[in-house]
Amino acid sequence: MNLVFGQRRIEGLLAVLPSNERRFIDEMEQFDFPIERSIKLKEMMGYDKHRIVDGPVCVSDLAVRGFEHLFTSGTLQKDDIDALVLVTQSPDYFMPPTSSVIQGRLGLKHDMFCMDINQGCAGFLIGLIQAFMLLDQPAIRKVALVNADVLSRKASSRDRNSYPLIGDAASITIVGRSQDATPIHANLKMDGTRRDALIIPAGGFREPSGPATCIREADAEGNLRARDDLVMNGSAVFNFVQVEVPPMIAALLETAQVDKDAVDAFVFHQPNRFMLQKLADKMKVPYEKMPSNIVEHFGNSSGVTIPLALAFNLRDRILGGTLTAVLGGFGVGLTWSSMLLRLGPLDFCEMIEYP
Amino acid sequence: MTNKILDVLAGIRPEFDFSASSDYIADGMLDSIDVITLVSDLDKEFSICIEGVDILPENFRNLDAIRELLRKYGADK
Repeated sequence: MNLVFGQRRIEGLLAVLPSNERRFIDEMEQFDFPIERSIKLKEMMGYDKHRIVDGPVCVSDLAVRGFEHLFTSGTLQKDDIDALVLVTQSPDYFMPPTSSVIQGRLGLKHDMFCMDINQGCAGFLIGLIQAFMLLDQPAIRKVALVNADVLSRKASSRDRNSYPLIGDAASITIVGRSQDATPIHANLKMDGTRRDALIIPAGGFREPSGPATCIREADAEGNLRARDDLVMNGSAVFNFVQVEVPPMIAALLETAQVDKDAVDAFVFHQPNRFMLQKLADKMKVPYEKMPSNIVEHFGNSSGVTIPLALAFNLRDRILGGTLTAVLGGFGVGLTWSSMLLRLGPLDFCEMIEYP
Repeated sequence: MTNKILDVLAGIRPEFDFSASSDYIADGMLDSIDVITLVSDLDKEFSICIEGVDILPENFRNLDAIRELLRKYGADK
C-alpha cells in the first residue's frame, strides 16, 4: 500500500532511556553456551550494553517522565496536545488503554483523542502514519506520538536469542502541520500468516497465564524460556527482513521519483548490526548512511529504535538543518513499512534518562 | 575449497567432526546463531558477500550445500 501525506512535519523528538545499563559480558554466564561462542556473538551482532528497566517500571512511567521534562523545560505546552497516540506491545493494563493512563497522570485536557496501537518494530512508522491521518481533522493541530516498550520484562533472562539485545525505552515525537513541508511518501505491508515469528504465546485470552505458562523449558538451541516469555524465530525474522525490505525501499524511491544517492540517511529499525549491514550491502548503501549502532549502546527497544537512532546519530544535523531521510521499520505482525521525508530543522531533539 | 570450509566450521564448533555429518542442522552441530557466524566467517575467508536472502539453514546443511552456495558467489574462481 502506497501512502502520501502533504503539509506534515515532525516538530521534535525526545528519547527516554532507563538509567539501568547492563553489559553483555556480565550476562554471558546466564546463558547455557560456552563463553567463547558468546564473545563471537558479541563481536558479530554488536551486543555490548543495553538499557533495561530496573524493577516494575511501566510504559506510562517512561512516557510521563518524558512529557514532564518537555513541560517543565517549556518545550511543549500541555494544552497544545490534541491527540496522544501510543504504540506499545507492553501496555500497563489490558484495560484501560495506556494512552488514557498517560493522559490522566499528566492532567491533559479532556478535549483530545487518545489511542493505543499494538505494534512493535514497525511501530514508529505505523504511529507516524496514524498521526498524519489524525491531522486531517482541523481540530487536531498537534499529535504526540509515543513509542514505548518494556519488553525486557517479557524476555527470559536465559534466552540468548532475545535477552541480550532487548532494550527498554520510550520516545515522544511531536507531529504537526506545515504549509512548506514537501510531500511525505510511505508504503506499508502486513502478513499475518507469519504472526508466529515474533510472539508472546501466553498471557492473552487465547492462552491465559497460569502455573504451567511460567515454567521455563529448553528449546532446540538450549535457550530457556516459558510460554509467558517473548519468542523470536531468529532465522525466520532474519530472512523476512532480507527478502522484504530492499524491494520495499526500492519501490518507495521509485514512487517518490527520488534517486537513492539523494538520500542523506537510511534510518532503519535496529535489530542487530549484522542484519543491518547485510541490508546495506544488498541495497548498495554505504554503512555511514545507515546507522547500526543502537543495539550495541542501548539494545533493541522495538518502535523506539528509529527515533533513538535519529537522536543519537543525527541530532546536530536535524536540529540545525534539513536532511532527506528514508525510515524503515519491520517486525511483529509481520509488518514492514518505509517512509521518505525531509527531516529538520527540529524544534528539539533530546535524550534523557529515567528516573 | 573443502578444506577451507572445514577449517571455518571447526573454528566455530571445534567439538564436532563436520566431515562425518550430512546434516549439520538436524545433527545439532550448527544452530541459528552459528549459521550467522558461519556466514560472517565465509565472507571473510573467501572475500565474498553472501546476501541476506541466502542466509537460510538449508544452504548450510552440509558440505555440498555450502560448496554450492560459495560457487554461486564465485568463491571457486
